[in-house]
Amino acid sequence: MNGAAAKIRVRGLRKAFGAKRVLDGVDLDVPEGTSTVVIGGSGSGKSVLLKCILGLIEPDAGSIEIDGRDVLRLPRGERAALRRQIGMLFQNGALFDSLPVWHNVAFGLLAQGRVNRAEARTRAVEMLAQVGLPATAAELWPAELSGGMQKRVGLARAIAAQPAVLFFDEPTTGLDPIMGAVIDGLIVDCVKRLGGTAVAITHDMASARRIADRVAMLHSGRIIWSGTPEALMASGNPYVDQFTHGRRDGPIRMELRG
Amino acid sequence: MVNTVLDGLAGIGRAVLMLCRAAGALVLFALVGLSHLLRPPFYGRMFLRAFIEIGYFSLPVVALTAIFTGMVLALQSSTGLARFSAETAMPSLVVLSITRELGPVLAGLMVAGRVGAAMAAEIGTMRVTDQVDALTTLSTDPMKYLVAPRLLAGTLALPLLVLVGDILGVLGGFIIATVKLGFNAATYISNTLNYMQTIDVVSGLTKAAVFGFLIALLGCFNGYGSRGGAQGVGAATTSAVVAASVLILAFDYGLTELFFAR
Repeated sequence: MNGAAAKIRVRGLRKAFGAKRVLDGVDLDVPEGTSTVVIGGSGSGKSVLLKCILGLIEPDAGSIEIDGRDVLRLPRGERAALRRQIGMLFQNGALFDSLPVWHNVAFGLLAQGRVNRAEARTRAVEMLAQVGLPATAAELWPAELSGGMQKRVGLARAIAAQPAVLFFDEPTTGLDPIMGAVIDGLIVDCVKRLGGTAVAITHDMASARRIADRVAMLHSGRIIWSGTPEALMASGNPYVDQFTHGRRDGPIRMELRG
Repeated sequence: MVNTVLDGLAGIGRAVLMLCRAAGALVLFALVGLSHLLRPPFYGRMFLRAFIEIGYFSLPVVALTAIFTGMVLALQSSTGLARFSAETAMPSLVVLSITRELGPVLAGLMVAGRVGAAMAAEIGTMRVTDQVDALTTLSTDPMKYLVAPRLLAGTLALPLLVLVGDILGVLGGFIIATVKLGFNAATYISNTLNYMQTIDVVSGLTKAAVFGFLIALLGCFNGYGSRGGAQGVGAATTSAVVAASVLILAFDYGLTELFFAR
């Protein structure tokens, strides 16, 4: 694509749920050291794409290469090892509500046996500081946090194991514009600090422009456009234009019934 | 006319196929869950949490159930047995009914309502809020972390609960017999002990272990597979309790056949 080796290369990815084809031959390259934002309407399969790459959903056909190795055709152990380099921030945080904040943040480190419980708390406080939360937050429970704080804790949890790749599922959804911008800023910082490969899915255009080095648009189960965020607003592609400008009329018909 | 009949048959066929698919998925789920008990890492804390939740916090409800069951058994059987002048058989009838049958079954049903529902609701909520997926992305197998410890805890905790229930059930019968029906306390106890055999208690506790496993299995299975928000979690909770209750009664018959049929 642009010379940099693709960290993640998706080819011909297909996934159907029953008769509904959600992904219909997705091709996507995520060059190492860049942030790629996938935009697309609700129900266009953005989340399914991320979950396929993460191994949470088994695709029907196609290939997913991480570091040039096809994860779908590797033995289970190596598959898990490749995917261990991916950290994920879920849409609503997906914090474990039965565990205090510090345990949430250090969960991956504890699971990989990289720290013991005493160190875990210190590491968690460090991570919380990186996302702008005070040490006192470590002892709280997820239910005691506001939406923005939950996102921050989710981000701290995603970066705690220092993954080479970060995934973001609609990072600004449900936040006010200011908090959205704050989270976007944190995301950009964290991605830079970790060496910088990231994939975010969103339908928030402001957020997409803040995070992205490259933008790809998913529609009808395929990537129909990709390019730089500068080119996005003047793509000349009628589908992209309708989406970025939020027009009701255009080639995209919102399916009100799945 | 022919079409109506065929549609009816097709409906039955679909239902049977769905039942088979669900049964297969359940067995597979159980095997995967059990296999995780043999392979490290083990989550001792999760086991302990589930064990305390099932074993300790179910004590009051199981104790109350057992003691009232023993009391009503004594009352019913003494009036029933009086019709053919066999009141003296009452202590042995109480102890056999409790240890073999009512102890494990009633405790199983109560715990299914209490713990099975809670498991399905907790895991189901974790599923619909992406917490189960989050476990996977944090190098933790949810089957190993969430399911395996609960299966083990259910299997080990219910026999202990039933043992307590057995004792309290017999105590309930003893209280009614001595206080209300004029039995001699020493005679009641010696009657109870003379007619009770090891197999009565052992078969009851074995049943309890199987029921405990079933309760945890159905709770986890339904929660794990739940879809679609609050409504999905509600449906999962209901089917966890209903399926566990039905399976407890079915397995109760099967196990009784296994132990006592000649």
